[in-house]
Amino acid sequence: MALLDVRDLSVSFDTADGVVQAVRGVSFSVDHGLTLGIVGESGSGKSVAVQTVVGLTQGARITGEAWFADRDLLSSSPESLRYIRGRQVGMIFQDSLTSLHPYYRVGWQIVELIRQHDRNISPATARRRALELLTLVGVPDARRRMDDYPHEFSGGMRQRAMIAMAMAMNPALLIADEPTTALDVTVQAQVLRVMGDLQREFGTALIMITHDLGVIADIADDVVVMYAGAVMEQADRRSMFYRFHHPYTEGLLLSLPVPGDRRRLTPIPGQPPSLITLPSGCPFHPRCRYAFDQCREQTPPLRDVPDKVGHVSACWLPTRSEEREGVRQMVRARGQTAAAAGSDD
Amino acid sequence: MTADLQSAPVLLEARNVVKEFPIRGGSREQRVQAVTDVSFEIRRGETVGLVGETGCGKSTLARCVTRLHELTSGTIIFDGQDISTLGRGRLRPVRRDLQMIFQDPYSSLNPRRTVGSIIGEPFAIHRVADGRERKRRVQELMEVVGLNPEHYNRFPAAFSGGQRQRIGVARALALRPKLIVCDEPVSALDVSIQAQIINLLKDLQNDFDLTYLFIAHNMAVVEQVSHRVMVMYLGQIAEMAPRDQLYARPRHPYTAALLSAVPIPDPDVSDRRHQIVLTGDIPSPVAPPPGCRFHTRCPRAEPRCRTPRRCSRCSGTRPGTVRPAMSPWPTGSSSGS
Repeated sequence: MALLDVRDLSVSFDTADGVVQAVRGVSFSVDHGLTLGIVGESGSGKSVAVQTVVGLTQGARITGEAWFADRDLLSSSPESLRYIRGRQVGMIFQDSLTSLHPYYRVGWQIVELIRQHDRNISPATARRRALELLTLVGVPDARRRMDDYPHEFSGGMRQRAMIAMAMAMNPALLIADEPTTALDVTVQAQVLRVMGDLQREFGTALIMITHDLGVIADIADDVVVMYAGAVMEQADRRSMFYRFHHPYTEGLLLSLPVPGDRRRLTPIPGQPPSLITLPSGCPFHPRCRYAFDQCREQTPPLRDVPDKVGHVSACWLPTRSEEREGVRQMVRARGQTAAAAGSDD
Repeated sequence: MTADLQSAPVLLEARNVVKEFPIRGGSREQRVQAVTDVSFEIRRGETVGLVGETGCGKSTLARCVTRLHELTSGTIIFDGQDISTLGRGRLRPVRRDLQMIFQDPYSSLNPRRTVGSIIGEPFAIHRVADGRERKRRVQELMEVVGLNPEHYNRFPAAFSGGQRQRIGVARALALRPKLIVCDEPVSALDVSIQAQIINLLKDLQNDFDLTYLFIAHNMAVVEQVSHRVMVMYLGQIAEMAPRDQLYARPRHPYTAALLSAVPIPDPDVSDRRHQIVLTGDIPSPVAPPPGCRFHTRCPRAEPRCRTPRRCSRCSGTRPGTVRPAMSPWPTGSSSGS
């Protein structure tokens, strides 16, 4: 059984403009020691989905289930969720400066966290543990640096401190929401390496939320692609990059500048839809080069793509690869000129 | 770089540009050395990419080039004229030819002005066109950058991030400038939209004979658009080379490290390649290390790197000994572009 199993999760918010359907019927799961990557662009619902699971969404209407160690997190009390967060589920966010308290020394904050979760631990032991953790995540000269204030740490160091805090209670699951987005690439490489090492050492399951397909290709075992609040495609890493089924996945990959490839980029035309007034049928159809009548009328369910177990896609294109390739080639041939003329909006 | 670009006339030349900022509450000697002794040139029709990490001085350099900052010392020659000490009045005609596009499409547009008035403002400032003529030219520009001219009277809030960036592009383009300095023009955008803007900038370059100084932290984006690339580290140019050379055979260990750190959206390549993971943090620009500024983190540093004279071994700008190729960058198809 999976460590975390999210089933048919929907989250919506009432706003002055109408109901924002941030997450619509999303399911995913992650196992011990594995990494699930959730990719999507701004407003795809990737952060809301995961934050809802751990009880961090306020003022939302939530339906669905999220099973974690024989317990449905979505029907748990705030107290028990608080117990689970930090102890069994660690979290790292994008902005480490706002996640650390600016008035307290970094080491003290880690000690405090350890003592919150373990009342019996002595201050000296907690401090030793904090030092161990900071050393583990690669803070150089940790014995001295643990008495620094957050502003004295660089962005990469702060993010390491955040990882140290998230790992303090040796959680079974680590949730990282764009943990390296605010970092420079060389620092990002350091931080990803630290996370990978910890995961191997402790067998932690990791959910990595990111907009960066490069990071996904680097560390994910399984990938979920989200668009307009729903899962478009889900597969293991290699299938997602080499045998993707969904046109949105294809569009994302084609619009990325790929190192070493100087061919002209192929953007996805148009803009993502409003989550208040979603298009009929498939939410991607207004931007999809392959869209046909059925796509405008009926929302495609997630269907199995037969080439690989666990590969599912929410698209009406044929799931058998030969038939699908036929359609793709036909559309491409027809659309070369049309796409060039109308590709940008 | 194509042959005709190599022989094209120089449009912008920066000579020994230095920009220092005083530190509030610091002593007189303590100054942030944001840009130290930077020299380069940009030829007409060329796109020069400027990459580097946070705090390396790339945006400060851009602001020096466009005279939004006063230089501490050094010279900027634009289109044959020394503009580094021109006063406001004399600078005004230069600004027609020297425009800028900013990173944040949300904060760089006045939310209380209509799109028509934002894009038309350069015409007003420089008294080029007014009334119906201005409106006609603004709508023409909107068409050129892929906006619907009927949206002339809408406010920025009605547009998405990508469309707002198109407004910024149209505004920069209004006076048919010779050089546009693009400071992180796509880094606030989602990838599917980012590709739209990159293609737009490339098309405009062809159609309007533009020259770009293109600043970004994303190595793959810079590779897409640039003819030549400069890599900046801690206020200095670490390496400058034609694009193909810089990506395939980086000379400076910092360039190599930077390239190897970029996540590649291809599992096979990602699994195979060897990453150079740097240790330590970027030193303070108040007291940068002597010699090569990268030596404190360089995996290949030698004693001579610490001596004040800049080492020519790593610098791609001078003909030094050819170092073995150490590019971690995959060499894919380089067709097109």
